[in-house]
Amino acid sequence: MIRLERRPAPSRAWAWATPLLAVLATMVAGGLLFAFLGKDPLLVIRTIFWDPILGEFAFYYRGQLLVKAGPLILIAIGLSLGFRAGVWNIGAEGQYIMGAICGAAVGLAFYPLDARWLIFPMMVLAGGLGGCLWAMIPGILRTRFNTNEILVSLLLVYVAEQILAWMALGPLRSPDGAGFPGSRNLRHYDAAANHELIAGSGMHWGVVAAFIAVILGHVLLSRHILGFNIRLAGASPRAARFAGVNPGFLVLTCLGVSGALAGFAGFFEVAGPAGQINIDFNVGYGFTAIIVAFLGRLHPVGILLAGFLMALTYIGGEAAQATLGVPAAAIQAFQGMLLFFLLALDVTTNYRVRIDVRARA
Amino acid sequence: MRRDPGSDGAERVSTPLLEVQGLRKAYPGVVANDDVSFSARRGEVHALLGENGAGKSTLVKTVYGLLRPDDGRMKLDGQVYAPGSPHDARQAGVAMVFQHFSLFEALDVAENVALGMEVPPPMRELATRIRDVSETYGLPLDPNRVVGTLSAGERQRVEIIRCLLQEPQVLIMDEPTSVLTPQEVAILFETLKRLRTEGKLILYISHKLEEIRALCDWATILRHGKVTGSCDPRQKSARELAETMVGSELALPAARTQDPGKVALSIAGLTAVSGAAFGTELKDIFLEVRRGEILGIGGVAGNGQDELLAVLSGESRSAPDSILLGDLPIGSFGPNERRALGVLAAPEERLGHATAPDMNLIENAALSGRRRMRMVSRGFVNWGKARAHAEHVIEQFDVRVPGAGSVARSLSGGNLQKFVIGREILQQPDVLVVNQPTWGLDAAAAAAIRQSLLDLASQGAAVIVISQDLDELMEISTRFSALNEGRLSKPRDTAELTLEEIGLMLGGAHDLEIGQGSSRPDRAAEPGETVP
Repeated sequence: MIRLERRPAPSRAWAWATPLLAVLATMVAGGLLFAFLGKDPLLVIRTIFWDPILGEFAFYYRGQLLVKAGPLILIAIGLSLGFRAGVWNIGAEGQYIMGAICGAAVGLAFYPLDARWLIFPMMVLAGGLGGCLWAMIPGILRTRFNTNEILVSLLLVYVAEQILAWMALGPLRSPDGAGFPGSRNLRHYDAAANHELIAGSGMHWGVVAAFIAVILGHVLLSRHILGFNIRLAGASPRAARFAGVNPGFLVLTCLGVSGALAGFAGFFEVAGPAGQINIDFNVGYGFTAIIVAFLGRLHPVGILLAGFLMALTYIGGEAAQATLGVPAAAIQAFQGMLLFFLLALDVTTNYRVRIDVRARA
Repeated sequence: MRRDPGSDGAERVSTPLLEVQGLRKAYPGVVANDDVSFSARRGEVHALLGENGAGKSTLVKTVYGLLRPDDGRMKLDGQVYAPGSPHDARQAGVAMVFQHFSLFEALDVAENVALGMEVPPPMRELATRIRDVSETYGLPLDPNRVVGTLSAGERQRVEIIRCLLQEPQVLIMDEPTSVLTPQEVAILFETLKRLRTEGKLILYISHKLEEIRALCDWATILRHGKVTGSCDPRQKSARELAETMVGSELALPAARTQDPGKVALSIAGLTAVSGAAFGTELKDIFLEVRRGEILGIGGVAGNGQDELLAVLSGESRSAPDSILLGDLPIGSFGPNERRALGVLAAPEERLGHATAPDMNLIENAALSGRRRMRMVSRGFVNWGKARAHAEHVIEQFDVRVPGAGSVARSLSGGNLQKFVIGREILQQPDVLVVNQPTWGLDAAAAAAIRQSLLDLASQGAAVIVISQDLDELMEISTRFSALNEGRLSKPRDTAELTLEEIGLMLGGAHDLEIGQGSSRPDRAAEPGETVP
């Protein structure tokens, strides 16, 4: 008989070992999945995890790594604050879209004025504000009417997608685009473009922002009273109230900050790698960031590492699609498995697995 | 050879019903039971005595089949007894009444009993049997009452009758009197004595030494997981028993201070609806506490204690002038604003309310001490100060932990309570409110906490102690008041009162009030209705 026995204190070793084990378990289960699809499992796994870093075409993929990891980390840091406090923002994808729309709209409004010192910072602020306000909708609804922020934030993603499509086809459509959907390409507008800072590295202002977020997130959680209140509210809501923490304030703060960071990520993406507001602008960073946040143990440094790992599965997954013909859905399933195994293995942090050999009387 | 389990066993002639030999159970970092041996006869009320963490609970859980020992063996009625589960234990004739009841409030007594049975008989037959058992053993209980309307003592009777229906040979009782009024305790003792005359063995765990002296025939004393002695408790004084248990001289609280000073905090006509489901509404509370005095508030749990603490700590806000600190209206202030003014509180629930279970003691020190101990400057927490405060508490209040980095839930109840109380006292409060300060604590820890409360009062602080333990309130409080169904009685000087009078004020009043119609209607709770 297998029993679970509660540990007297959570195991630190297991807390950090489970992400690694989850990656291994995902490789095994994913390998089986690919084998059933008639692909060589070892080859697929190697294409996903090895080739982008050390393979023949790694010089191309390496730059992509920062491009993909940047938004994932930036969003995940924001989400992790809420998740620690028990505030479940599932709609980062929507906040990401709204940040991109607001940031891009400000930039396009100034076109073709050449004043980067004014326009770019304004766009950054507009991006953050757009994401923040979008996240405040579930926040205010929860604090005022006690609605469930999981549902509201998730459903607002689909609203944001509709707004995105409308913007791409209507108000923000490029006047010089010959009627095609999509805004002007911001990369061709120097005052608003989020260019690579070092050519070929993939490093842009969004990646810088992600690194800053990691540092600030770490300082906030370990040193600041707000970070302490966040952890306290998540660990024990009643103790938090005893400590004088205002739950409503915390809900709004967590949603506001995570929305703003998602908004920043959206703006840096639209002004950089994506270049324009278009119907297919969002590719699921907001959802994948949830996996990143948990894979990184809701810890800023963990999230940094997890962000790179997930970026790798994105890039490697695309490579596997391109070179081996693995379906895109299989790659998404593969990423989902990672979260599944992580949550399942998380039990070991707080519980010890005991196997009784004794036969039942 | 193993040590003979009962060194005085020669005097006790009849063959033992339960024999425990060389029992050992280790958890990571602690040996809960180490070579524990004792034997107990039929027709005996056998006390298991010991401080918190002495291993009593581990021992009875092993006997009841909830835990399996690492080493050692047990015999029941001469046969080898090794229960793999509580089911095995019940089959063998061992039953247990837990400290915390597992009853469904919305179901009636008979339904609750039926849920615990493997093959319940038809309800009508079961109701008859419950009535029979309750009459035979002098445990008044109506099988058709809804559990939500029962008092703690009546709920305990449900658990006891549930056990007795299995006709056990051994009945284990874990801290049975901690929730009872003196009258209910008297009824329980009559029942246990009747069971004893029927030849049943009762394993009785309690911290209350006077009780054990009044009831038990034999006592096995545990300390740090080992048996340190066994004796006939009727032949020893409570003090002697306590000293065998603790292994050191007991510090009895010093005399209380005289001449209370000015009114420190007062509540005038406060009515507050509880935030919690199944909570109790506070009704028209008047309260005054003076500097240098301890105001004891007695009452059986669930009569508004949690709500009163929340109103005083600032977790529940009220109209500004409903609570006055001196002349300052503080009713609308939150917990930290009140802490800044010197009003501190220690809630009853140690894990999950007074502390965050998965956080360490440094973080838990910052939980309530952040404001008054100036641990935060410009928004940043000074963890050095938090650690210093935690370590100061650990040292001053003899909290036994590996270090301040231990998480709260790894501490035993007594140690955590010492930490919780110490954390507030060392912040030098002007007004301290504590709820059940010594609940479930051993004699030494309880005495230490009571002493620290008395010291605090003698230094000029106003202390409010909410407690179910009447002996405790009689011992330390200057004035006494009773909380019953959300109403606070007029305080009286403790010196003028007898325990019996207080018991009537608290528990007796329950039964008396049934006749008034409104308070405890004898009917099923409807959905959405609050059951007191």
